[in-house]
Amino acid sequence: MQANRKGFPSPALTSPVSTLNDISCRSIVICSGKGGVGKTTLTANLGIALAKLGHPTCVLDADYGLRNLDLLLGLENRIVFTAQEVITENCRLEQALVKHKHEPHLALMPAGNPRMLDWFNPEHMQTLITMLQERFDYVLIDAPAGVEDGFKNAVAGAKEAIVVVNPEISSARDADRVVGLLRSESLDPLHLVVNRVRPRMVEKLDMLSIDDILDILALPLLGVVEEDEQVIISANLGEPLALGKRKSAAGMAYGRIARRLDGEDVAITDVSAKPVSIMGRLSTLMATKIL
Amino acid sequence: MTTIRDLIDRLFGPKVASASSARSRLKMVLAHDRSDLSPAMLEQMRFEIMQVVSKYLELDDTASELSLETEERATALIANLPIRRVKQQGFP
Repeated sequence: MQANRKGFPSPALTSPVSTLNDISCRSIVICSGKGGVGKTTLTANLGIALAKLGHPTCVLDADYGLRNLDLLLGLENRIVFTAQEVITENCRLEQALVKHKHEPHLALMPAGNPRMLDWFNPEHMQTLITMLQERFDYVLIDAPAGVEDGFKNAVAGAKEAIVVVNPEISSARDADRVVGLLRSESLDPLHLVVNRVRPRMVEKLDMLSIDDILDILALPLLGVVEEDEQVIISANLGEPLALGKRKSAAGMAYGRIARRLDGEDVAITDVSAKPVSIMGRLSTLMATKIL
Repeated sequence: MTTIRDLIDRLFGPKVASASSARSRLKMVLAHDRSDLSPAMLEQMRFEIMQVVSKYLELDDTASELSLETEERATALIANLPIRRVKQQGFP
């Protein structure tokens, strides 16, 4: 996991959070600008996948207005204390952390109630992350949608970022704005995950391709995830696909993203369309040469 | 080479691939987002550039264009100023 750390800014350049550099823990914010592109789903699955690789991992819900990370992980009934009580010193850190049912290396730091938005600031976030870095190899921060205060809080404790984008014009524009903001906050490296790709639409030239997105955003690609109905089913059940209980393309893609993030040389998932359906065969027929 | 699809396209009119439209619209909007130039400022700039260039060349006022284009993360200002004729009287 040391592989990516060479590109980090020197401690002198990041004096406000210089204490963060002393510990070999990677704090990564997961953001997108636009809502509904799959930040929380990616955070939950990446958390599970990194924990399965044996890394003590914490997923932190920084979306205080609209928290959902607890639901996707199936931990909504186990929350007693939250980040709010930790910061206000009404409980110890360990009391707030919720260990995952099936993946003991994974813990959730739950979001407090939405009133946290009124007083929680970047210094609070840095305090929280500094505490977590002593215990974990990875801290994944699930940022809220938007680029306002909640986003700034989420970014405050992070050294790296994963930008999640859908192959959609509005998502790409918002991601570009977020990349600009992350660069101005000196986060490095920035990684890109292209989520909810529909290979068949890409093939029909009705969806921006991975190359289009890379050309526009110019970020190193960490992974590609296909649109997958299993994602909704897994959310219904509170069992992230990365647990591997059900076989799914998205679940496997999350696993590969975790391994790449961890420094392993894993190829990017090939999401080109496979013409197996009737429509696919029809499409092949339509391309038959007749003259 | 003609495929069945080509034949159908010829009969019913070709289908427009929406991704290319997304691509060009996105590039345009990102160039503006990244440079933070307002359309009013761009228009003012076009007007002033035209004034300077008009000292030397006679320009086609209606066809001139100033636009922002973006490649990778670099943005360029592209001016397209069609010339009617070069003014002959040397330096003003």
